[in-house]
Amino acid sequence: MNWDTLYILRQEILLTVLILIQLIGDLSEDEKRSRIIHVTLSSFLLFTLVGFLPGEPASLFGGMYVSDDLRTLLKNILSISTLIILLQSSSWLQQPSNQTKIGAFYLSLFSTLMGMYFMIAAGNFLMLYLGLELATLPLTLLAAFDKQLRRSAEAGVKLLMSSAVSSAILLFGLSLIYGVYGTFYFTELSVLNDSSYLSILALIFFISGLAFKLSLVPFHLWTADVYEGAPLSVTSYFSVVSKGAALFTLMLVLFRVFALQHATWTLALYILAISTMTVGNLFALRQKNMKRFLAFSSITQAGFMMLGFMNVGSLGMTTLVYFMLIYALSNLAIFGVLSMVSNATGKESMDDFNGFYKTNPGLSLIMLVSLFSLAGIPPVAGFFGKFFLFTAAASSGMYILVLIAVLNATISLYYYLLVVKAMFINTNDTPIPTLHTTSYEKAAFVLCLMGIAGIGFMSSLYDYIQGLM
Amino acid sequence: MNLQAEIPLHYMIVLSTLLFFIGLVGVLIRRNLITMLMGIELMLNAVNINFVAFNHYLYPHRFEGHFFALIVMAIAAAEAAIAIALIINIYRKFSTVNVDDVDELKY
Repeated sequence: MNWDTLYILRQEILLTVLILIQLIGDLSEDEKRSRIIHVTLSSFLLFTLVGFLPGEPASLFGGMYVSDDLRTLLKNILSISTLIILLQSSSWLQQPSNQTKIGAFYLSLFSTLMGMYFMIAAGNFLMLYLGLELATLPLTLLAAFDKQLRRSAEAGVKLLMSSAVSSAILLFGLSLIYGVYGTFYFTELSVLNDSSYLSILALIFFISGLAFKLSLVPFHLWTADVYEGAPLSVTSYFSVVSKGAALFTLMLVLFRVFALQHATWTLALYILAISTMTVGNLFALRQKNMKRFLAFSSITQAGFMMLGFMNVGSLGMTTLVYFMLIYALSNLAIFGVLSMVSNATGKESMDDFNGFYKTNPGLSLIMLVSLFSLAGIPPVAGFFGKFFLFTAAASSGMYILVLIAVLNATISLYYYLLVVKAMFINTNDTPIPTLHTTSYEKAAFVLCLMGIAGIGFMSSLYDYIQGLM
Repeated sequence: MNLQAEIPLHYMIVLSTLLFFIGLVGVLIRRNLITMLMGIELMLNAVNINFVAFNHYLYPHRFEGHFFALIVMAIAAAEAAIAIALIINIYRKFSTVNVDDVDELKY
């Protein structure tokens, strides 16, 4: 252990410090508790910036922990998304009912973020599993955070049961991988190739376990219920950060460790992509609650993400990271508006957004841009993200899959426009009153909008990501 | 007594696979949350048998499988602690631990 080691582990160490600050903050008097929000936000901003410091590729603890530029970028995407969520959740946490639970919220949130960092930085399946559990268990507590509400309690227990089953399935896959290859180290596994039925079975079990976290159909059944029951800030954490970490982990493991078995997993993800896109779309069409609607929309987007796995090269990985970044920013902007509305009025239904433009023109324009980005309409970044994903799949000759994806993208346009129509065209006798935007929320929206508007035109960013592969 | 000579590896694999799917079916068909939790523990124990058996029979000079089994046990304990807490919370709100009656969220 020397200074270099500490520098390589800088993000994890700072996150631990942040967790310890929460424990000390909980000792303060109740009426002064909300001060910890400002302390946490500023120290988390510092933490996010520290992640951008340049670093050398390194491997620590006998290869258990790996650090390189790509992994640092993936961690930074997660920390920026978490920063935006923290900014958006500040006014929710200041409500009287949540004042005594601020420390618990931050503690669980940072623990899950730490777990996701270890998932991404893992160089060994043991580390990956530990990170996964550290990311999952506090997440169930966050889902049950509004413990006086029946629906939140139900969401927590549903998430716990499905994620415990999914990690057991993933573990069974890992045990078979151990039986076939005799090692857990990624560097040793990446040069081994085995086409026995047992190794195929192991890979399928492993993918199924992570598909639960990514909510791919047919492993998606927990998604809508948990999204609806959890508090809104936690829902946006689920749909962006948790999903992003699962996607990045699946990507790193499949592209870097099981690259030689790509024929197996490409086929598995091909089927999952089609079922996820189609089923997610069909269920999203009939949703009236905004949270459930966004749950199915995020399932559909996860289906689109699977297209990036069809290209087994740097193109596939680049498009996945690029799409995830855009998806994160678009989704966070929508969830930001939703949580403002929900905090002020408690309304979450799509009909409540009728006439939203009359009273809140700024917020409805933000919603408009983000929905267009999710739907993939040209000038905004979402179009480029989807376009590159389709290119990745088409370059491997999977034209039928691309055709199905394009059809699904068209269907998804319909339900995204339903929300736009509700906000801009429909009239309402009792519209949502004009909402006050705090400076933290403004900062979050500025970050999201800059990303949505800018990323599509910054080809240097795409080239930068590609250079890391 | 030489274990390898007495019991071949595939006996262990059949045992662990059976145990795993008994646990999975238990989670899927039982309606009591505590019983579902027991099913999950069964699945994790099946995984542990797999790890230890593979390590003992195929790679006796390394200890990775044994270590993994130990860590799985520790995590299973943490998982059970959180699960019990959430189930108690459910019992306070719904006065039941039967999942069919916990139906606040539906399509």
